[in-house]
Amino acid sequence: MTPSLDLEQRRDLLPALEPERRVTDWGRSERIEGLLDRTLYDFLYHVWFRCEVEGIENVPSDGGALLVSNHAGALPPDAAMITKAIKEEHPDPRPLHLTAEHFFKGYPGFSMLVPKLGGVAAHPANAQRLLQDEQQLVLVFPEGRKGTEKLFKDRYRLRRFGRGGFVRTAMRAGVPIVPIALIGAEEAMPVFAQLSPLQRVTGLIYAPLSPLFYLPAKFRIRFLAPVPVHEMGDPEDRGAVQTLAQDIRARIQEELFDMVGKRESVWFG
Amino acid sequence: MRVLVTGLSTYWGGRLAQDLEQDEDVEAIIGIDRTPPKVELERTEFVQVADAHSLIRRIVQAAEIDTVIDTRLVVDSTVTSPRRAHENNVVGTMNILAACSGSDSTVKRFVFKSSGHYYGAEQDDPAFFTEDMERPHPPRTRIEKDIVEAEQLVADFAHAQENVSVCVLRFAHGLGAGMRTAYTKLLRLPAVPAIFGFDPRLQFIHEDDIVGALEYAARHPELEGVYNGAADGVLVLSEIAGLLGKPLAPILPPWGTGIAASALSRAGVEIPPEVLQHLRFGRGYDNRRLKAAGFRFRYTTREAVLKLREAQRLEPILRTGQEPYRYEREVEDFLRYSPSVRPDRRREPKRQNVARGARRELPQEASG
Repeated sequence: MTPSLDLEQRRDLLPALEPERRVTDWGRSERIEGLLDRTLYDFLYHVWFRCEVEGIENVPSDGGALLVSNHAGALPPDAAMITKAIKEEHPDPRPLHLTAEHFFKGYPGFSMLVPKLGGVAAHPANAQRLLQDEQQLVLVFPEGRKGTEKLFKDRYRLRRFGRGGFVRTAMRAGVPIVPIALIGAEEAMPVFAQLSPLQRVTGLIYAPLSPLFYLPAKFRIRFLAPVPVHEMGDPEDRGAVQTLAQDIRARIQEELFDMVGKRESVWFG
Repeated sequence: MRVLVTGLSTYWGGRLAQDLEQDEDVEAIIGIDRTPPKVELERTEFVQVADAHSLIRRIVQAAEIDTVIDTRLVVDSTVTSPRRAHENNVVGTMNILAACSGSDSTVKRFVFKSSGHYYGAEQDDPAFFTEDMERPHPPRTRIEKDIVEAEQLVADFAHAQENVSVCVLRFAHGLGAGMRTAYTKLLRLPAVPAIFGFDPRLQFIHEDDIVGALEYAARHPELEGVYNGAADGVLVLSEIAGLLGKPLAPILPPWGTGIAASALSRAGVEIPPEVLQHLRFGRGYDNRRLKAAGFRFRYTTREAVLKLREAQRLEPILRTGQEPYRYEREVEDFLRYSPSVRPDRRREPKRQNVARGARRELPQEASG
């Protein structure tokens, strides 16, 4: 039978970069991302949300790492702000790949834009290649859609972290997990209700009742100490995977309560 | 090596035979097809035969063929009717395999040219298909169904015939000056058609690399199993249009795309359903297994697109009433077997000193 490639081969045989190209093999466009980064992201990061970052040193300067964050808001700005935080604050800024549910690929427009900005469909094979073979940073929101569907009254209470798939992904890829706690997104575009009849009519993923633009809530992003899950268990051991997933969830939840508790104002921090 | 090339009259069969002729290690090259070859061949022997497995079997046994390269598969639904494509792809494959099976068979090596259509193009696809991945949904188009079925037949054959080493090459869409496929035709238009709101990631392979990979696989029996044949680099459609120096024309609507495409086909722009799906979701391949097996691609996807642009620019200049090659059975037989032919003029199994670039490469129907 065909031999499977070892890690060294998988890394060595990756396609070489072509310096003339301005789009990566993942469809990420340096030009479009750069344009948005200099305009909208810059404005949101510095002026609108006035992001404050703690613990940036917890993001490794080399090698793959899986960043795990809480997720909220009708049209969540958290991914863009975490990307921008690494770009602005990290001593060796690195690109961050965001995983998104593959639904985006079915929508005209989104299907074009999301990959250009570093979005990648949340497929186990994609995460594996990015983390282990290409040694990149990948951001996941284990709450997924349950996080963005969450109503304002449930703010800062984490939903279920899927079935722990993110821990298994990191273990298989042999990379650490960097948990992130982020506050502000819940108030930037709060969801007051879910309009399910409208959702059924339009065929959208969800139809929230929420402000149509971002409110200027103060953002605070805290990168927590990396968890070397790849040294802590076997990806096939469901019990260990679940326990670790719950531990990481609990750590983020704890940090969130700490940050919200110390916050004096939603708007001024 | 004694080689049987099936589908000699396809673009790939012809080019492969021309390449194999240059090699002294290849003792005999027999080509079979339903129709006469479309390129001039020096020492390849052409036998016109339909897919009757008993006849093919007799040819295989009589010529003591040890290597079969099957280039017959139709992977582009614009070249023939669905029924004939099915006949060729499924029934034809079955017959070729039957001709090579049995414990007394002389065949030791079987190379099968397949297509990336095996994977399809869907919303929940991985960004890079590896050879071990299954397609997430059953095939949607007839041509994809045929290809999946044909590969299944080959896999069953590989399982049953332990003494035959079987290699399946799944190629990405080919690009090249000589090829006429649904894709190369689309890329020849003054603007590159696209589905509104979609900019798919596409991966191609240069035609020389397709021939090269088939030949490489034929020579290296240690390559067993499935290998993806796709060049390095996945480009988005807008990037490809830019490299070709053409505007991107998002004329196909995101909904009702099939209806719009059938209207377009009446206007002369034919976009088959399998390509339509590809224009929406794209497809990327992991080509590292073939690279690890020692094959080196000559062109990246980007370079293949640039070569295509060169060819497109040269085309109006080169297209000056050149007569296409016509196979003349009597002449070929005379040159090979008549006692009156001088030995140095005889077409026979010996290396001909023909420079690689001097081969005639005439544009013709190709599928790949």
